[in-house]
Amino acid sequence: MRVLVLADHDGESLKPATLSAVAAAGKFAATCDLLVMGGESSRAVADLAARVMGVAKVRLVCAESWQHASAEAAAPFVAELAADYDAVLAPVGSFAKNLLPRVAALLDVQPITEVLEIVAADTFVRPLYAGNALATVRSRDAKKLLTVRATSFEAVASEGGSATLEEVASQAGQAGESDLSSWTADEVSKSERPELTNARIVISGGRGMQSGEHFALLESVADKLGAAVGASRAAVDAGYVPNEYQVGQTGKVVAPDLYIAVGISGAIQHLAGMKDSKVIAAINNDPDAPIFQVADYGLVADLFEALPALSKALDP
Amino acid sequence: MKVLVGVKRVIDAYVKVRVRGDGTGVETDNVKMSMNPFCEIAVEEAVRLKEAGTASELVAVSCGPAANQETLRTALAVGCDRAILVQHDGALEPLAVAKILAALVERESPRLVLLGKQAVDNDFNSTTQILAARLGWSQGCFTSSLEVEGDKLLVAREVDAGIEKRSLSLPSVVSADLRLNTPRYASLPNIMKARSKPLETITATDLLSESDLAPRLEILKVEEPPARKAGVKVQSVEELVAKLKDEAEVL
Repeated sequence: MRVLVLADHDGESLKPATLSAVAAAGKFAATCDLLVMGGESSRAVADLAARVMGVAKVRLVCAESWQHASAEAAAPFVAELAADYDAVLAPVGSFAKNLLPRVAALLDVQPITEVLEIVAADTFVRPLYAGNALATVRSRDAKKLLTVRATSFEAVASEGGSATLEEVASQAGQAGESDLSSWTADEVSKSERPELTNARIVISGGRGMQSGEHFALLESVADKLGAAVGASRAAVDAGYVPNEYQVGQTGKVVAPDLYIAVGISGAIQHLAGMKDSKVIAAINNDPDAPIFQVADYGLVADLFEALPALSKALDP
Repeated sequence: MKVLVGVKRVIDAYVKVRVRGDGTGVETDNVKMSMNPFCEIAVEEAVRLKEAGTASELVAVSCGPAANQETLRTALAVGCDRAILVQHDGALEPLAVAKILAALVERESPRLVLLGKQAVDNDFNSTTQILAARLGWSQGCFTSSLEVEGDKLLVAREVDAGIEKRSLSLPSVVSADLRLNTPRYASLPNIMKARSKPLETITATDLLSESDLAPRLEILKVEEPPARKAGVKVQSVEELVAKLKDEAEVL
């Protein structure tokens, strides 16, 4: 089987989720090709990609007009490349969620999103109802188009491979931007903290935080732990923090070594985004909060007392 | 500007779903059904566009069994002008739904199609993208704000790193994310009024062939995820830190 993985990157380096997608590709075949699309700086990303274990060939599209490539422009290009492959994979994330189904449509394929397990070359496990049920599905499509959950596939090593590099931009003959969709601006929250989806420790706040200002209490603990800060949908809906903090079915799915849930009741839709964490600790003043049913360590306490105490306890 | 809004009937988002003992799916008998929450946001946005004078006519569409009429009546009660049920009793995947919607777009000629970003039953998150591709239209996925400016649609998209703003050419297909708006409840007089709004029923096979509608995925089994066991309660912050350090070894 020939497998193409679409690289998710930020213009400087590959997102760790890409390494998990390469690992998932390894379930189909020993090696895969990795497609890197982006602006001029993506040449450096391709050099990094060529060292990833399990990648046979890096295919690079590198042009100014691809800096903010639209799905509208990228999809026909990827669909054309897909002719050479039996499967196209990408890691779950806003990049793949936007692009991969559009590629699938052009190939008349039903995309299989959020794949948790590759059982066989045509059989996959994916979540339904926010992970409250798992479906094993067999695809009848000749070509398989999947997005895979990074938390379900152990990342391959980022070093040790020696892939060949092929520039395909000239063959594309298409600009990354089309008349249909043009980029105007990014509004990115700047943070020194690690990104939610690849942090080793995540500390999240819920409606119990009562205000956005109180998130400073979480941040104080996060900085001592080198942790990322997240939030439940309730905290996002209440306007305490921006949506990119959201952990859950409708936000990000995380699986850190340690997840600390503070003032989070544990709604189904939040659990869907964090229940695969290795260790879960929960602080909540309601002893009956559902979060305690999944927490390895539960502390029934007022978070406004517990958080400062936690911050103090972590001082060297 | 005519707007087409897709609405899906799903198990109510607040119901705890139960997997059927025989592994064929989840229990739907005697379970409360509602409009998919993201579809509610799409409907609300359409109604706001009409209130602002941007949209002229709002057509709600649902694909599925006859019971979906109830979901369409809800959309009418909130402010849609008329509704179309594309009746089909078998399973429909996003690819088939997108094909149905594409056929309706041809018939209805809307300038904008508004959908929810994902349905909370199968969580595919792909109908918008597939529909836009099939029509050759622009797509505004995971939108948290939208503004019509001449023949352009200015959208803010929820992406991993924050917000991405794009200018899309109309016609366009847009998927609603959570923060686009807060849906209103239908008032009792409007619920009554919705009963007399036009609701047309057509069968899916009037629009597409059986082979276009047939699922591409065969469901081999549906099962409960492995349960996570509850752990222990600690009495103090100090004990918590000690356990995380010495027992769990994650600090």
